Amino acid sequence: MGGQFMDGEAVRRAIRRIAHEISERHPKGEVALIGIQTRGVPLAQRLAKEFALIEPGQTLPVGSLDISFYRDDLAKNIPVPKGSEVLFDVKDKTVILVDDVLYTGRTIRAAMDALCDIGRPKVIQLAVLVDRGHRELPIRPDYVGKNLPTAPGAKVKVKLTEQDGEDGVAIEKEAA
Amino acid sequence: MSTGWHRKDLLSLRELSVGELNQVLATAKVFKEILGRPIKKVPSLQGRTVVNLFVEPSTRTRISFELAAIRLSADVVSLDKDSSSLRKGETLFDTAKNLEALQAGIIVIRHRSAGAAHFLSTRLKASVINAGDGAHEHPTQGLLDTFTIVERLGKLEGVRVLIVGDIIHSRVARSNLWALTKLGAKVTLVGPPTLLPREFEDLGVKVSYNLDEELEQADVINLLRIQHERMVQARLPSVGEYAGLFGLNLDRFQRCKSGVLLMHPGPVHRGVEIASELADGPQSVILDQVTNGLAVRMAVLYLVSGGRGLGDS
Repeated sequence: MGGQFMDGEAVRRAIRRIAHEISERHPKGEVALIGIQTRGVPLAQRLAKEFALIEPGQTLPVGSLDISFYRDDLAKNIPVPKGSEVLFDVKDKTVILVDDVLYTGRTIRAAMDALCDIGRPKVIQLAVLVDRGHRELPIRPDYVGKNLPTAPGAKVKVKLTEQDGEDGVAIEKEAA
Repeated sequence: MSTGWHRKDLLSLRELSVGELNQVLATAKVFKEILGRPIKKVPSLQGRTVVNLFVEPSTRTRISFELAAIRLSADVVSLDKDSSSLRKGETLFDTAKNLEALQAGIIVIRHRSAGAAHFLSTRLKASVINAGDGAHEHPTQGLLDTFTIVERLGKLEGVRVLIVGDIIHSRVARSNLWALTKLGAKVTLVGPPTLLPREFEDLGVKVSYNLDEELEQADVINLLRIQHERMVQARLPSVGEYAGLFGLNLDRFQRCKSGVLLMHPGPVHRGVEIASELADGPQSVILDQVTNGLAVRMAVLYLVSGGRGLGDS
């Protein structure tokens, strides 16, 4: 398996659609977006931008979450942590966690732990650009850009202009 | 961004690269933010065991390491010489092997002999953190002093740091020296000739025997404790004379830069190394050093454990 799965236009359309779904389910805009570092953060910012176009005058607060200290997997290279940046009170809010790829669900579990140590949201929802399956935990997304059936060993590579200079989703060859 | 922290142990700052020093400081900065939150705890070291083996007395460092381990969700036990079999003549190596047999993943050791941490690190699978070995090094103190300067002044490059006092007995001075010079600070050591051998010049720092000549240049003044317990022979005529020549009093403070940072690793002898009014004054960062010590020790525990929380392996 290999090759491009979503081009730049498809990525942007998916983000726009998720923003519409958020506005349908939260017409009063009483939600906050928190991106999981690294690529969840620009995704959350773009969702907020799209949301403001759909619901003029409504600005969703955006934060970023560093889950380095909450991971349960072995780290070969320890990243230099950036720290979380959530400059609003999450207490009693609906918080939508945003990430690029949903896979085993372990990142999301870590993110929920990290978020609950910052405060106690009323509801936590999950938005992902790509759901590639193979869940290992009872976690499901509330907003999905695209479902992408993959082999367990395959690598899904999401590119975003802010990080990588262009938008796109590709499946890289299965790890040997 | 990933950089290479691959060390099992933290034994000295002499052996750390600039990249490794910066990685500890950057990690500590994030932990400091976490310490400001209502929930000051993360699960990074869940299931791991940290043993503090303090063969030489300490309150501040030991409590700091204990709290740091607790904030990382590790299980912590602390031992001192009087409550362990070291008292009955067991060797350090045997004590440490027993701790390892009890599945301790990280051993934090304070010992009066230089090289004690290194000795254990080469013989144990557990991570070893040096919490002070004789007059050799006290790496986490050097890191927290460096962290405090960067936090206050925003940089180290070109910053002029005076380290004053009992240099010869001071592992704090040595660890500071390595971290500060590697990160670009200009270090001057000041003290009486009996406590400050000329050989320190070989390490690329200035050596001075006159505090008054150095004061006006300094951005940071780090006043070391006079270590009575290590004074094997009388190297000072009297504590009073030391205070007169090398103590930071109000007169001397008048001649310092207005933004000078006053540091002391503690325990402070008020009126000897520093006047009480200055230790409690607005330029003093002595208590910031203590708070930052916690963040730095969390960073070190996190890094030597490989940033993982799967229990002791």
